[in-house]
Amino acid sequence: MVPEIGHFALALALALALVQSVLPIAGASRRNAVWMKSAQATAIGQVLFVAIAFAALMQAFIVSDFTVRNVVENSHSLKPMLYKVAGTWGSHEGSLLLWILILAVFGAGVAWFGSNIPAETKARTLSVQAWISVGFLSFLLLTSNPFERVFPPPLDGNDLNPLLQDMGLAMHPPLLYFGYVGFSIVFSFAVAALLEGRVDPAWARWVRPWTLAAWVSLTAGIALGSWWAYYELGWGGWWFWDPVENVSFMPWLLGTALLHSAIVTEKRDAFKSWTILLAILTFSLSLLGTFIVRSGLLTSVHAFAVDPERGLYILGLLAVSIGGSLALYAWRAPEMEPGGLFRPISREAGLLVNNLILAAATGTVLFGTLYPLILEAITGDKISVGPPFFNAAFIPMMLALVVFMGLGPFLSWKRADIAGLLDRIRFVVVLAFIAALAAWYLLNGGPIMAYLAILGAAWLLFATLREWALRIRLFEVPLAESARRARNLPRASHGMTLAHAGVAVLMMGMIGSTGWKSEEIVFAAPGTEVTIAGFDITFEGATQVQGPNYIADRGTLVVRRDGELVTTLFPERRYYPVAESQTTESAIRSTLAGDLYTSIATPASDQVNNAGAWTLRILYEPLVNLIWIGSILLVIGGCLSLSDRRLRVGAPRRAKQPASDAVPAE
Amino acid sequence: MKRLIAGLPFIAAVIFGGFFLWGLNPDRDPNEIPSVLISQPAPAFDLDPVPGLETPGLARSDLVGNERPVVVNVFASWCVPCRAEHAVLTRFVEREGMRLFGINYKDKPEDAVKWLNDLGNPYERIGSDLSGRTGIEWGLSGVPETFIVDSDGTVLFRYVGPVVGPDAVERFTQALKQAGALPNGAGS
Repeated sequence: MVPEIGHFALALALALALVQSVLPIAGASRRNAVWMKSAQATAIGQVLFVAIAFAALMQAFIVSDFTVRNVVENSHSLKPMLYKVAGTWGSHEGSLLLWILILAVFGAGVAWFGSNIPAETKARTLSVQAWISVGFLSFLLLTSNPFERVFPPPLDGNDLNPLLQDMGLAMHPPLLYFGYVGFSIVFSFAVAALLEGRVDPAWARWVRPWTLAAWVSLTAGIALGSWWAYYELGWGGWWFWDPVENVSFMPWLLGTALLHSAIVTEKRDAFKSWTILLAILTFSLSLLGTFIVRSGLLTSVHAFAVDPERGLYILGLLAVSIGGSLALYAWRAPEMEPGGLFRPISREAGLLVNNLILAAATGTVLFGTLYPLILEAITGDKISVGPPFFNAAFIPMMLALVVFMGLGPFLSWKRADIAGLLDRIRFVVVLAFIAALAAWYLLNGGPIMAYLAILGAAWLLFATLREWALRIRLFEVPLAESARRARNLPRASHGMTLAHAGVAVLMMGMIGSTGWKSEEIVFAAPGTEVTIAGFDITFEGATQVQGPNYIADRGTLVVRRDGELVTTLFPERRYYPVAESQTTESAIRSTLAGDLYTSIATPASDQVNNAGAWTLRILYEPLVNLIWIGSILLVIGGCLSLSDRRLRVGAPRRAKQPASDAVPAE
Repeated sequence: MKRLIAGLPFIAAVIFGGFFLWGLNPDRDPNEIPSVLISQPAPAFDLDPVPGLETPGLARSDLVGNERPVVVNVFASWCVPCRAEHAVLTRFVEREGMRLFGINYKDKPEDAVKWLNDLGNPYERIGSDLSGRTGIEWGLSGVPETFIVDSDGTVLFRYVGPVVGPDAVERFTQALKQAGALPNGAGS
């Protein structure tokens, strides 16, 4: 009964979305206030019905209702409750339902909180959002119904892919989708602005909180996914340039560009058509990700079950939404009047360079991801593009970006004072070089690129701190006065400082864990000793243990340093009989200085197994935790900026005259 | 000029869309690794029999001059999927009249003998490739792999991974029929 309610609720949501996709936009062009207002009710109704459907599916998972095909294929009665719940979004159908739920949440969010947005803009935006809803709801109902029944129901389910039965990954899709799909509302705002033919600072300000919210969760989602890959896959890396990782990374890169270009639109009424284009492209890349993950277009370690019919349907949706919006852009964008002028050395120019580099980086990742497909289509050759390409192309661009990232906040709008700028950054440049040289002296060895990266990270960190110190006039005025100034700074400004510092911290983690990683792979019988990065590790043997829905071989590794016991690690190799697959549970000793990472695997041959030997993989990854700490700083910085006063109160109204000069430069 | 620039993203999207449409072709499998051996003569090799087994060894000359194309399967006792595949291949030999030759890849002879004694031996001839040298000649990417070789020694088909499960068996059956590796009347 409950699954039918869910199914029915989805149909109702589709009906509401159909109404919302026509009525408000028609109202906006006929100036019919009632029609425009209707979007508010339909948007909130949509989110209610989709939430009911989502709750119905979750209920089916929680009670293990094996008459529902989706539950049979992705759950098992012995699975821990948390993963039963997470199983709701573990499959193609369930995750698509989550996708649509988030789409509806953002639509309803604008309907609910957007009281400061003019009725016409709001009506158009919500109609565009409803077009996307119609597309995806019909896709779900027509090709991937999550509530399909099976008869006769089996006694038990097939279990969720055990790799996915993990806390980090249970939370990964909701966060990632919240970011991915969150850009939909920015897209809708952009299309509405194109239809209206007008973009101004007020528009940029309405869009900002939604962009930020989406960006923050995408950041958190990607970091969580990376963390999961780090400790769950047992390879000890945190980024693999896999197509599925890339498709989540591209909207992030372009979303970051959007976040910065929207600032220029908001403060200086410039970069308007560029901001619009970024808004369209960011969501287009999200859609592209959805398409690639679900169509089997590329090889990847983590794709959903492949079905060409579904792929064709999504491609159709992509053609309509991306093709349509870009055609609209080609038609309307040239008519937009250009905004404020600026000198080559100014805040605007800095942000322009930031945008160009981020866009080029996105293009590089897109090209690398799709190159195998393009090459195969043209020449028939099959290749795969791996980390060497991305590292060679991407890292230099990011280093260039970091230079401008440190510099940008020092620049003032319109025209910057070059002599004053040099005066302010001289000290920082020297400090960064000292840091890089000190690293060279202390570490000697490691790739040259790593030292350049250290220089870049140090520059970014010191420049960010210096800029913050200048703002509050630290050490120039009494401390109490500085504290007062810090309190009076807008939260968005603190947010920027924190986020930029977060990138510097993140870089340190990446440099340490790639440039100075040590790794040992040994076939070990009990009693084997391995020495790595100053740790002496003794393998005491492995025992079999029983988990709720798995059997595991658990190794015992005693870690000593200079003869003193540091810790004992228990890496596991788990076998899930129902799903017939295995997972690696690495055991990690984490400190800020670095992670001692151990994993155990079954030996290649039974012959070796008889002797009681195992394959041990032991890594030392210096500073790797800075990656997660940096990511957290990015997220906190984004949240701080989101809570900025100007986004909460002082409802921005469309000014008769662009009043950008009245806005204090930050 | 301005119009042209504004139109560029649209044009780029259309081009990408064209590639995607091409990529969705259901016959295209991005995971498939093409073999350079297809339509090429099988490599020359001459392998001794597995010690302790009565089955004779395998050389390239055994694959040539047969009445119908034959199947060469690379297996090892330490390979778990091979165990599952073994039952499928045995059925093809017993029910469909497929001729099966084996290359025992990097396997201890006593393990291989035990394995074949436990599961049964559907192979006419088995060459023991202890060093893995022949495996390299055949361009193995892993074990198991299965090849169909024409009577003039040309490799017609390569299957990477175990022939297990309805899809794989279907593909393999199609390949056998196309090659004419099954006697007439069989395979229905």
